[in-house]
Amino acid sequence: MTAAALTADHLRSRVRELLSAHPPATTARAEFLRARFDAGLAWVHYPEGLGGLGAPRSLQAVVDAELEAAGAPDNDPRRIGIGLGMAAPTILAYGTEEQKRRFLRPLWLGEEVWCQLFSEPGAGSDLAALGTRAVREGENESEGEGGGDWVVDGQKVWTSSAHTARWAILIARTDPALPKHQGITYFLCDMTAPGVEVRPLRQITGEAEFNEVFLTGVRIPDAHRLGEVGQGWAVARTTLMNERVSIGGMRIPREGGMIAPVAAAWRERPELRTHDLHGRLLELWVEAEVARLTGERLRQQLAQGQPGPEGSGMKLTFARLNQEISGLEVELLGEEGLLYEDWTLRRPEIVDFTGRDAGYRYLRAKGNSIEGGTSEILLNIVAERVLGLPAEPRDDKDLAWKDLAR
Amino acid sequence: MSSPAAAPLDLLYSETEEELRTAVRSLLAARSAPAAVLARIEAGGPHDPELWRVLAAEIGTAGLLVPEKLGGQGAGHREAAVVLEELGRAAAPVPYLTSAVLATEILLGCESAESADLLRELAAGRSVCVPALPLTLAPGAPLPAPVRDSGGGSLGGSVGSVADAVCPDVLLVLADTGLYAVPADAAGVSRTPLVALDLTRPLAAVHLDGAAGTLLADPATARAAIAGALLSGAGLLASEQLGIAEWCLTETVAYLRTRHQFNRPLGSFQALKHRLARLWLDVASARAAARAAADALATGAADAPLTVAVAQAYCSGVAVRAAEECVQLHGGIGMTWEHPAHLYLKRAKADSLALGTAGHHRGLVADFAELPAP
Ligand SMILES: Cc1cc2nc3c(=O)[nH]c(=O)nc-3n(C[C@H](O)[C@H](O)[C@H](O)COP(=O)(O)OP(=O)(O)OC[C@H]3O[C@@H](n4cnc5c(N)ncnc54)[C@H](O)[C@@H]3O)c2cc1C
Repeated sequence: MTAAALTADHLRSRVRELLSAHPPATTARAEFLRARFDAGLAWVHYPEGLGGLGAPRSLQAVVDAELEAAGAPDNDPRRIGIGLGMAAPTILAYGTEEQKRRFLRPLWLGEEVWCQLFSEPGAGSDLAALGTRAVREGENESEGEGGGDWVVDGQKVWTSSAHTARWAILIARTDPALPKHQGITYFLCDMTAPGVEVRPLRQITGEAEFNEVFLTGVRIPDAHRLGEVGQGWAVARTTLMNERVSIGGMRIPREGGMIAPVAAAWRERPELRTHDLHGRLLELWVEAEVARLTGERLRQQLAQGQPGPEGSGMKLTFARLNQEISGLEVELLGEEGLLYEDWTLRRPEIVDFTGRDAGYRYLRAKGNSIEGGTSEILLNIVAERVLGLPAEPRDDKDLAWKDLAR
Repeated sequence: MSSPAAAPLDLLYSETEEELRTAVRSLLAARSAPAAVLARIEAGGPHDPELWRVLAAEIGTAGLLVPEKLGGQGAGHREAAVVLEELGRAAAPVPYLTSAVLATEILLGCESAESADLLRELAAGRSVCVPALPLTLAPGAPLPAPVRDSGGGSLGGSVGSVADAVCPDVLLVLADTGLYAVPADAAGVSRTPLVALDLTRPLAAVHLDGAAGTLLADPATARAAIAGALLSGAGLLASEQLGIAEWCLTETVAYLRTRHQFNRPLGSFQALKHRLARLWLDVASARAAARAAADALATGAADAPLTVAVAQAYCSGVAVRAAEECVQLHGGIGMTWEHPAHLYLKRAKADSLALGTAGHHRGLVADFAELPAP
């Protein structure tokens, strides 16, 4: 069947077939998820055999709604967010057939958690300045032909979920003599390989959600290189574009997200109300609702195949709103706002905004404008790519990486 | 506006004030650098009794508000404000605001022989005394009355979110029959440490069950004394907030001058330059507001309540914003536990709730400036 012939009705009937062959009530979670993947209903826009049907992306919502209504188990996207949102689309776009078959299924099932080994102490906003080295074995002796494994040395930082991940997407420098964007290569890194050391990095909330990762003589087979040698930046851009979409693109109901606990406290606890807080709450409530509608409109545009530039702004909006709303929540709670749940060092598997207290939300939301590209960098992107304003003068693009100021 | 025309305020620092600042700053730099504060927090508690002894007794900061005849320095709010600026700059965990400002002001308002004795102890740095009142209690707000005297000064009741209540020798307890000084280790007194958002100003709930204390003042005197103390506490807190904001600005500027991305110092990006310049402007304004509050309190200006409300309405927000900018502009480093930015963010946010939120103080401005709500 061709993609054009795949209609919402057709997908609904496929969902019904899946449900009757594997009734969620009597089927084990893992088994159901496998069957769903094999039926092409995991991500319908992926090719057949890889969890999809080559259908328009917009039809995924139809499938999700049907499955949710039937009480089918989900694949816990929060735990496997980096894999789903970033590794998968990159592997789909650049991977060999073998890589796609090897990695996509366990990734979608949540059997293999992924992390992102991109940022380094010296390369954050300026990610292309990264210095982790990957040298082809035998390269030094036999002038590049090699053909053996890659050997990786360097340090990554802020790696979320490195402590639970089985695989990592990794970018490393393969030619320091070239300008910084040109000498980078993209790899899939086995987190259990010898030489990979993960150290917890405690953060402002008291938890160690992210990590430092030290790579010492880590061997990566050439079969785990994604894309061409030296083309890693182009591959990474695919990942980064998808990262922003997946961070800002969540579908939320009215009064979902951060505004929910504040609105609930306001309704349940009249003694906390003041005129000042009332005005601020209403302002933020309206902004949160408008942000939701902007996201909804964006999705409708995408479904019609005319993506608008608003997408670049969604992560900016959510970061700002999350921070303002959680800040207001701490104030609203008065005496309770002075308290914190628990400062014990923990290494959580997922980031859980709603199950925690207001103080945690306030502190964790500070990361929303840093992780996945800072708000300043995103504003630069909007100014330059959406509004077409000239970029700041740059002298780093043509300089050999090894000659950059650090 | 019917309130008297504003008296001329002295908004600068005197030479003696600068000398005091130097002494406090060098003590804190040597003994309470952010790394040391964090190490003490990890080791179980942020307080350093030896640091407090030197600050309170040797440098003599605890007695700044206490008249010389009671063993104090006979200085005033302007000097105490300078100390608080430095304590804010260091996010220093010492019971200065609670003991040397709030408790001291309450005791000064009691004007009894018993309160004079206690003031001598506080001024000499021999004793720490904190009011058993919630830190969020604001000037102009109704005073809570959770503690009852069941006869003959036998006190019962609980107060939550009492700042620095983990370390004092004496608690000042407002009961229905008056104000009592209750030794913290007296029978019938217990304190439950709370997990506080601000790691540098510990909180505890205080429980009294048949505890006995010394009567310091009758209910009317006590309430007036507390109201005065809250006013001066709120006014001086603005200086702590100024200190926090200054540290955050200075530290961020220093970081952006040296951190390179895109082959240049981050501070050379115009987007960041403008932000820091705006923040600098806010900090400069916060300094004027905080100094005005300190001076109005020192001179007993008739419009001191308005000046204090203006300072709180303004400085709370500047401190929080400076700390938020500090975290943001340090990028990933700012989100880590190792970097002290979080100590300042937590202190600034907790300070924005302490002694009345900016919203509460804007409400007071509405009253004083006769700009009533609709
Ligand atoms: C909670 C959290 C989770 C993370 N998880 C991961 C992960 O899983 N994997 C991973 O690889 N990375 C991760 N990161 C790293 C994140 O991507 C970087 O922290 C981020 O890109 C910023 O880099 P930096 O920390 O080096 O800050 P810097 O680049 O040093 O930036 C410092 C400040 O300067 C600003 N700035 C920089 N350049 C400009 C400019 N040109 N114009 C204006 N302002 C500018 C920044 O916006 C920021 O405010 C995570 C970060 C956080 C906070």
